[in-house]
Amino acid sequence: MQRVKKILNDTADVVAETVEGLVLASDGTTRLMDGHRVIVRQPSAREAGRKGKVGLLVGGGSGHEPLFSGLVGQGLADAAVCGNVFAAPSPDAIAAATQDIDDGAGVLYVYGNYAGDVMNFDMGAELAGDEDITVRNVRVRDDVAAAPKERIDDRRGIAGDLFVVKIAGSACESCDTLDEAWRITAKAEANTRSIGVAVSAGSIPETGKPTFELGDDEIEIGMGAHGEPGVSRQKIGPADAVVDQMMAALLPDLPFERGCEVALLINNLGASTMMELLIANRRIRHCLDQAGVGVHRTEIGHFLTTQEMAGYSITLLKLDDELKHHLDAPARSVAYSRG
Amino acid sequence: MADELDAVAVRAMLLQVCTRMIENTDRLTEADQAVGDGDHGIGMRRGFTAARDKLEALEPASVAEVFKTVGTAVMAQTGGASGAVFGTLYRAGATACGDHALDAATFLAFLEQGLAAVQKRGGAVPGAKTMIDALAPAAEAARAAQADGLAAMIRAAADAAQQGVQASRDMIATTGKARTLGERSLGHPDPGAISMQIQLAAMQDYVAGQRED
Repeated sequence: MQRVKKILNDTADVVAETVEGLVLASDGTTRLMDGHRVIVRQPSAREAGRKGKVGLLVGGGSGHEPLFSGLVGQGLADAAVCGNVFAAPSPDAIAAATQDIDDGAGVLYVYGNYAGDVMNFDMGAELAGDEDITVRNVRVRDDVAAAPKERIDDRRGIAGDLFVVKIAGSACESCDTLDEAWRITAKAEANTRSIGVAVSAGSIPETGKPTFELGDDEIEIGMGAHGEPGVSRQKIGPADAVVDQMMAALLPDLPFERGCEVALLINNLGASTMMELLIANRRIRHCLDQAGVGVHRTEIGHFLTTQEMAGYSITLLKLDDELKHHLDAPARSVAYSRG
Repeated sequence: MADELDAVAVRAMLLQVCTRMIENTDRLTEADQAVGDGDHGIGMRRGFTAARDKLEALEPASVAEVFKTVGTAVMAQTGGASGAVFGTLYRAGATACGDHALDAATFLAFLEQGLAAVQKRGGAVPGAKTMIDALAPAAEAARAAQADGLAAMIRAAADAAQQGVQASRDMIATTGKARTLGERSLGHPDPGAISMQIQLAAMQDYVAGQRED
């Protein structure tokens, strides 16, 4: 198979060069840790005069930019650990980042619920524990297509990461204790649901090969962020029909009942057009109106991508006053600046 | 061959493991594309290339140090579940060896303690279509071959791992990225099990080559 066409240097250097570019794009608000692919806030909360702030560490495989690395900044994460493409970061990097950002109040980890991430972050936390740093985890499990609700721990984290990290960032800025920041973040995670649709595959730069194959006239509902097979492969249909099918899986899962209010995220997996996402948004709003669900905030764009994969995901976060407060709090980073 | 290997010989054996893993990158990529996201081959190449570089620079004082060198390099450089799992396996091996040479008893301890550590880390059980489905039968076969000496034990372990790879075709993935596939993972062997088998086969070939000398 021919390599996917891309403008790169040596493919072995893609992650190092991506991280370097991202730090430069932050205009001095982040730096790279010595010896590790870890992006850290600059100045750190401590350097900025804050004492005893709860640390927020995020991370995962690279290749999904701008997440997670693009969420390091004020009101967001203190550091992001960047693994290789689509592969969890290693325990030594996670431990080093944890030590770097801990200021005595402990560190909250937020990452997607994948076997590799769970193992590596757990090992990183054990290493950090040797230095007497307290760590708590929130693993994002928003993908309703990954497993039935009864097996929610088998669900993966996809674009819902954005909302959970946003709320965790605000909670870690404002809460006095790790346990309180964890409580709010865990509630946000529990209230978040997503589903994706894939139109065509992304590829791993080092192999140059697509991660899956999809016929010219096919789409796949529920496809994972790494091209893990979804729940239904079918002939491509009209946008409204595709959205209806996705919303039918999404709404009853939490459930998002009549009268509730949500934050809505339509995430571009990489190569879809803004036009397609806006057309989807129109139908999503129709479905939400029908279901009696109000929208407090809408995000549309590239957040958790999979290289040149085409398609999008829909995320809903059910809000209460507390979550709304943390969602609306100011944030500044390469990938997300609001308020 | 001698019924035990000293640190220099174990270093040579694990260098062969590294070489064989690097050579099999494309095979592992293809196996992973069938059931996962297709990154297993390059991850393993990255980890075992780092391990090879570290081993080449190492003047080993003990067998344990050789195992630990491989485990640490694989854990730091592979990333993902594979890095955690195979890194844990070799680091557990280091603990198992203590300050002994590698004989049948220590090789058995490497497999059994490695298996226990990997299961504890990943929470996977046999039959879930993971590398454990090659490692667990290998450990079991090694125990059965305890009285036969190191070379026969490694051969028995490698053969059992090969059978484990075949058996994984009939398993449904319930863990890792392949678990979403459910029944669609049927018919494909597990890429992690293939990696485990390649490593044991490389060890077997090294030991067999020693015997011919």
